[in-house]
Amino acid sequence: MSGARPLEPWRWLGVPMLQVLTATVLFGIPLRVFGLQLPEPVFPLALAFAWAVIRPSILAPFAILLMGLFLDLFWGGPMGLWALCLLIAYGVALAGRNMMAGQSRLILWAWYGLTVATAMVAGYLFVMLDSRSSPGLIPMAWQFLATIVLYPFSQRLIDLFEDADVRFR
Amino acid sequence: MSFRDNPLGELKVPLTWAAAIALIVAVVAATAILLSDRRETFKAEAYGVSRKASDTVLAPVGDVLAAPGRWTGAGVDTVSDYFAAGSQNAELKAQLKVMKQWRDVAIALKDENARYKTLLGLKTDPPIPMVAARIVTDSRGPFADTRLANTGSEHGVKVGNPVMSENGLVGRVIGVTDGASRVLLLTDIASRTPVMIDRTNARAILTGDGGPNPRLDYLRGHDPIREGDRLLTSGDGGVVPRGLPVGTAVKGLDGRWRVVLASDKAPIDFVRILLFQDFTQVVNQKALNEAPAPPPTPGPNGAESAKAADSPAPPTVGKPPAAPPTAQSPSAQSPSAQSPSAPPKPKAAEPARGEKKPATTSPSAKKPDAAPKPAAPTKPKPKPPADGGQP
Repeated sequence: MSGARPLEPWRWLGVPMLQVLTATVLFGIPLRVFGLQLPEPVFPLALAFAWAVIRPSILAPFAILLMGLFLDLFWGGPMGLWALCLLIAYGVALAGRNMMAGQSRLILWAWYGLTVATAMVAGYLFVMLDSRSSPGLIPMAWQFLATIVLYPFSQRLIDLFEDADVRFR
Repeated sequence: MSFRDNPLGELKVPLTWAAAIALIVAVVAATAILLSDRRETFKAEAYGVSRKASDTVLAPVGDVLAAPGRWTGAGVDTVSDYFAAGSQNAELKAQLKVMKQWRDVAIALKDENARYKTLLGLKTDPPIPMVAARIVTDSRGPFADTRLANTGSEHGVKVGNPVMSENGLVGRVIGVTDGASRVLLLTDIASRTPVMIDRTNARAILTGDGGPNPRLDYLRGHDPIREGDRLLTSGDGGVVPRGLPVGTAVKGLDGRWRVVLASDKAPIDFVRILLFQDFTQVVNQKALNEAPAPPPTPGPNGAESAKAADSPAPPTVGKPPAAPPTAQSPSAQSPSAQSPSAPPKPKAAEPARGEKKPATTSPSAKKPDAAPKPAAPTKPKPKPPADGGQP
C-alpha cells in the first residue's frame, strides 16, 4: 500500500538535508580530545550522490545549492565555493547514473569516491584561483577520507528511496 | 496508437531534461555568487549582510552546542588536577624558582630600558586594549579555517583586529557583527601575516595552506632561519602589532620552512581580541595630503625677508632634542590608548604627524632644506669678522 503512495519531496530531500546540516553544525563544535580535533567531512556530498542515484529531480539541485551556501556561511569560506563543488559532484553522479544501475555496493562506493574527488579537485582549483595560492594536499586528503567513509549513509538513502515511488520503477 | 507512441507516455525523458536544466540554473547561480564574492579583500564592507546575519544566528547556537564539551573538559581537568596535585606542585615550585631569577633580570632590564627611552626620546607603542571572547564554532577544512567568537561590534571589535590565545597569535578578525566576530586563522589559505625570525630579525610572510603548519614565504638573506627558531610578528604593514609570538620554525616534509604554531599548544577556547590600531589606521590621511603648498623659494635678494617670514617654522623642525619629549609624554599617550570605546584618533595622530611630516611626503617638510640654501651665500660676507672675534 505504501508503494502506491507518491514519494513526497520532504521525505527524501527535506529530512536528509536537515540531518546533514545538523551533523555539520555538530562537527563544527570546537572540541579537542587528547590533542586531536574532530574530523570535518563534507556531509552534503553523501546526499548529492544519493539524490542523483535515486532519481533525476528538479528540486534536488536547488536543495544542493542551499546546502552549499550554508556550508560557505558556516565555515566562513568564499561564498558559493561549496555550492558549486556540490553541484559539480551531483552533475557527475547524474551523468553516470545509467552506468551505476545494477552495480554492486562496492562499485557504487567507488563511484561515490569519484564524485567526492571531483568536488575536491574543483574546490582546489577554485580556491587556487581565488586566493592565488595552492591549498595543502594533506588536509585535502584527510577531508577526502573523512567524506568517503560516509558512503553507508548514502547507500541507506538509496536503499530507502530508490524504489519508493511506483512511478519510477 | 500504442502506449509507446504517445508523446506524453514516456515521462522519464522530460524529467531528466528538466533536472538537467535545473542543475544548469543552479550552477549558474552558484558561479555568479562565487564570482561576486569579495572575501579575499578582507574589507569590512565585503563581508556582506548574509554573512553577518548567519554569524549573529550561529554564535548563540554554537555557544549552546559547545557547552557540554566545555563542561566535560572542565570536569576532566578538575579530576586530573586533583590526582596530579602533588607532581604539579613540585613542578610549579621548580618553575617559580626559575621565574624569580627572571623577575630580577626583568626588573633590571625594565629600569635600563626606561632610561634608554628617556635618553633617546624614543616613541614607544602605547598599550593595546583588548577584549576576551569564547570560540563557539570551528572550521578546519583545506579551503577555509575560521572560527566564530562570541564578542562583536558591541565591544569595539573591528575588522583587522588581531586575535590571540594565551599561547600566541591565532589570526585576525575578518567580519564583525553584533555579538559575533569571524576570526580568520593563520592556517587559512587566504591568510598572510608578516613575521620575523627572532634570532636574525629576518622577515618572511607566513602563508596558510589549510594545514596545521603554515609555510614561510619570501624568506630573504643568507641562512636567515634554523630549525627551532622563534617567530614573532614583525608589525610590517601595520595590521598586527610587532612582537606577538607566532610559533617555531620547522622544516616541512616538502622541504619548505613551516611553522609549528604557538597557539596550537592548547585548545583554543578563550581568546583575546586586540583592539589594535596602527598609526596608518588612525592618522588622518586626508589632512596629511591636504597640507598647504610650500612657499616659493626666495632668491638671493629676498633671503632676509624669507628668513623673517619663515621664522615660526624653523624652531619646530630645528630643535630635535626638545620636540620629541613633548610628543611622547606618557600623559598624552596612555589615556587615548586605553579606551576601546574612544579610539585614540586625535591624540595619537597629532604627535605622530608632527614627527612623520619632515620625513615623509608632506610639502612643509621641504622648508628647512629650502630656506638655508639661498641664505648660505649671503651669510659669510658680513658675519666672518664678527664671528671670528668671538672664539
